[in-house]
Amino acid sequence: MNQTTTQAETIEATCPECDAAVVFDRSPLNGEIANCTDCTAELEVICADPITLELAPEVEEDWGE
Amino acid sequence: MHIAMTYTRLRTEERMLLDAFEHLGVNCTPIDLRTIVFNPLVPGEGGGQWEDYDAVIDRSVSLTNTLTSVAMLEHFGIRCINPLGAIEICADKLATTLALVRAGVPTPAIRVATNAQSGLEAIEAIGYPAVIKPTVGSWGRLVARINDRDAAEAILEHREILGSVQQGVFYIQEHIDKPDRDIRVFVVGGEPIAAIMRSSAHWVTNTARGATAQGMEITDELREISINAAAATGGDIVAVDLLECPDRGLLVNELNHSMEFRNSTETTGVNIPELVARHVVRIAEEARVESEILV
Repeated sequence: MNQTTTQAETIEATCPECDAAVVFDRSPLNGEIANCTDCTAELEVICADPITLELAPEVEEDWGE
Repeated sequence: MHIAMTYTRLRTEERMLLDAFEHLGVNCTPIDLRTIVFNPLVPGEGGGQWEDYDAVIDRSVSLTNTLTSVAMLEHFGIRCINPLGAIEICADKLATTLALVRAGVPTPAIRVATNAQSGLEAIEAIGYPAVIKPTVGSWGRLVARINDRDAAEAILEHREILGSVQQGVFYIQEHIDKPDRDIRVFVVGGEPIAAIMRSSAHWVTNTARGATAQGMEITDELREISINAAAATGGDIVAVDLLECPDRGLLVNELNHSMEFRNSTETTGVNIPELVARHVVRIAEEARVESEILV
């Protein structure tokens, strides 16, 4: 779990891997995938309000197109 | 008009689709399948008010979630995009091959075997180099080119001992000596709307494996084979992957029921999510009319 902050013009959360700020250009939805620009971790929004990020699950065998 | 979009990970494609529906002024509700419990006797129980929707577009990245949810939704009488039958064909390479063969659509030769010894015979029947693939899998995972008998024996033994039960099905495909690229055609409502070439120095030309994409013209030949391939699956919205064989021309390699397109809209200049959303709306309108007639 990580603490989130919402500023006037940007929507930010904290990367649970490296504590860097993860910036969203609009309010994310539950399940949305984001990447940390600092550590490149793939993150999943597990709660949209307040924004809570966790490391996204690893690719599973049945994933794809 | 009310549409739902089921998902398990909300990726760029799903965001683009939600934006496209919003742009069309259509209400599309994203539903995370991981939060849903289905009761076959009560459509409204367990988190999804399914009876409210005219159609559901499946965008789950997990095939297991897709098959489970679409089976349940079709049981409730809800029109799904794609239909379960089409998903089952696209998701399984053997089912895809059989559908293409039945429809007379050119596709690489294959052999199938279910143990290592007969798998070796299948590879030798195809000839070296051969390609082995899991029947269910995506993004080029566990696709291997087998250049000789030593490699064949090693890969078959490893898959038989270390792989899942599913990997005990040995799907062997002839290797096509294609240029350093393959072709993907996006087919929406039976109409090819865009095409890309995917290029890589690696023989696996999948963008998930680092291939780069660029837009290309849809030739008459490409158009015809893509329409026929899509029709063979019964899919509403599919991506057709093709190989250019030096001797036999275009061959359909596989089809995708939940296509990724984030990098293809800009490269092709075609607004793929909007065309997809428009088609989903058309299907939902038809489904609503049909349900009103039945009532």
